[in-house]
Amino acid sequence: MYYDPFVLPFTIGLTALLLFLIIKYIRWIRTFRKSERRKIRKGIFSLKTLRSIGEIFSECLLHRKIYRTNPFLGYMHTCFGLGWFLLIVAGKTESMVYHTSAVNPPYFAIFFRFFHPAKETFPYSNTFAFITDLLLLFILSGLFLALAKRLWSRIVGMRKTTKHRPLDLLILTTLWLIFPLRFLAESFTSGLRGGGSFLTNNAGEFFARFLPLEQLTYPAWWAYSGVLGLFFILLPFSRYMHIPTEIVYIFLKNWGIKQGTKFNAFSEIQMYACSRCGICIDSCQLNSSLGMDTQPVYFLKKIRHQKEYGHLIENCLLCGRCEASCPVGLTHNALRLAKRPDLSRITKNTYSYAKNAAAPAKMAYFAGCMGQLTPAVTRSMEQLFKQAGVSYTFIDKEGGVCCGRPMLLAGNREEAAVMAEKNRAILKASGAEVLVTSCPICLKMFREEYGLQIRIVHHTEYIDELIREGKLKTVPSEQRTVFHNPCELGRGSGIYQAPENILKSISRKIDTAFDGKKSLCCGGSLANTSIDGKQRNRIAGDAAKAYAAYKPDVLVTACPLCKKTFATASDIPVKDIAEVVAERCRP
Amino acid sequence: MPTLWGYSISAARSIDYDKNDPLFRRWLAIASPSSQLCIGCGGCTAACSAGNLTEFNIRRLQMLVKRGESRETAEQLHKCMLCGKCLLVCPRGVDTRQMILSMKRFLREHDQ
Ligand code: SF4
Ligand code: SF4
Ligand code: SF4
Ligand code: SF4
Repeated sequence: MYYDPFVLPFTIGLTALLLFLIIKYIRWIRTFRKSERRKIRKGIFSLKTLRSIGEIFSECLLHRKIYRTNPFLGYMHTCFGLGWFLLIVAGKTESMVYHTSAVNPPYFAIFFRFFHPAKETFPYSNTFAFITDLLLLFILSGLFLALAKRLWSRIVGMRKTTKHRPLDLLILTTLWLIFPLRFLAESFTSGLRGGGSFLTNNAGEFFARFLPLEQLTYPAWWAYSGVLGLFFILLPFSRYMHIPTEIVYIFLKNWGIKQGTKFNAFSEIQMYACSRCGICIDSCQLNSSLGMDTQPVYFLKKIRHQKEYGHLIENCLLCGRCEASCPVGLTHNALRLAKRPDLSRITKNTYSYAKNAAAPAKMAYFAGCMGQLTPAVTRSMEQLFKQAGVSYTFIDKEGGVCCGRPMLLAGNREEAAVMAEKNRAILKASGAEVLVTSCPICLKMFREEYGLQIRIVHHTEYIDELIREGKLKTVPSEQRTVFHNPCELGRGSGIYQAPENILKSISRKIDTAFDGKKSLCCGGSLANTSIDGKQRNRIAGDAAKAYAAYKPDVLVTACPLCKKTFATASDIPVKDIAEVVAERCRP
Repeated sequence: MPTLWGYSISAARSIDYDKNDPLFRRWLAIASPSSQLCIGCGGCTAACSAGNLTEFNIRRLQMLVKRGESRETAEQLHKCMLCGKCLLVCPRGVDTRQMILSMKRFLREHDQ
């Protein structure tokens, strides 16, 4: 039997950690709704589980998504994730080959170099020694980068890194000590009795020249086991809870569990799955333009550690930029919304004044409240409908009931539902089979909350179709255009191609670093009720400047609210895509 | 007395400090500082989605609160759809949506 008292800290720590995790996860999942638990049962024995394992490999070990932010940062995470994992696998395999049995205690593999008499060889013993040394070197190189990141974050492409709590710094130190101590323990042992490979062997010989290895080796193993045990014990109370929780989150996500309207156990799982990598900080314009610490990393951290977070609930544009950049793929908009209280107090009669009627037509056009404030947009749309020869009914031409999304973004879901009911009735009365909206905010609401069985498109998609079907004849121009994709259109509704097609066909569209998912928020978002007009203006100004750097003749957007917000903050003209097309249309 | 000096007091235009409750007003001034910037131009009401087809008048409601008369506000405020049009037209930069949300919160907290 291989045993030595120094393995105790490690073994106790690991056992305590595993027990804690099992109890915690079971308690969380037990509070899930029945339908969700059914999804889990169905999902376990399906391809979804395999897909999850693939995702766990590429995200939790390789950290593929972090490479998008910066290759050095990605490499650093790969070193810790994949490096440690492979080290464990290699160690375990080695111990099994040596021991010719799979059921040796976990500590035996971890402290293999201590128990294995170096002179005794076994199949591939040199190869194993080489591999584990190589992996250790790999991890140590990542550690070096991590140190550099603490001192100078720009090395890994980050302007700001997360501010951590003292306990987190303690456990960070513990984590960082693990691998140097392993290196020392193995090197000392090798210096004393031989063994190891290119790294530990040479280091051992080097240390033997001036260190009393006889006295140092055994304490080094104690120290290595001690920091491992301490790390395991501290893990549940620190941000490293993200390591096991991210794995659980990936499974649950792939099995079909979604963040609902309440902050529940699944939200807590998301909260614990945040690694506090801080990537969301740089992506958030409330940070870059206003220097505010309201990003998911701080929001979730405050909730988790029971700090006052009320002021952060409203201070978010729900622009989705952090969500798009988060390597763990957490659903931040839904999480923030789940914390907004529902103060609804209306009844169905509140909107009885609006008629449940609309002129019948195959296609219904809904300008929305914001569309009403930008007559240039609605005029252009009506012109385009006429030129394309499509019959339509303008259901809120004389005003109407708001789509309800601004209400929903404020947390008042019940009131939003009442508005939705009203608009559903009006739409039904029109008998329309297609609904075209000018405002992406309305679009998202109609698509996601109305449960309509008809086709719902934004005017960018509709115009794109009309052009491609040849119903609209456009004349190309030499105008230089830059497209600002509104948050609710791009990240919110996944519409990227239609505006691209349109602008490429009628103008010289310039590509920017803010295309697609990376588009900037105009700052006008109704989701944030915490910042004031001046602050909105600063965000809008910074965003407009970023687009203006590409020297376009016109900044094109596709949302009446974005247009309005940019109008006062931009030096170059701002137009809706509908206006630009209307100008380039042959009558 | 007033008639003696050649003018009269219109009840609709006067603020009766004996009867009015300043609590809501004071609270609003803190919860929504930008509401203090209002000059009563009525732009918000002209743009208002809810006021488009009804008597709902957001300018009037906030004026009443500032006068210490919250009853009508309590009755009417829920008609606002929070659409944000008023926010975009206000020439003074009053954060109307935030103001309305604050008012709603007050009403909820004071059970009105
Ligand atoms: S929310 Fe995502 S991006 Fe932000 S710190 Fe957490 S894991 Fe990183
Ligand atoms: S949704 Fe936008 S505003 Fe909110 S935290 Fe994320 S990046 Fe910042
Ligand atoms: S937010 Fe309310 S008060 Fe303002 S315009 Fe919309 S409905 Fe009217
Ligand atoms: S538009 Fe602004 S300044 Fe004018 S009444 Fe409304 S809140 Fe007051």
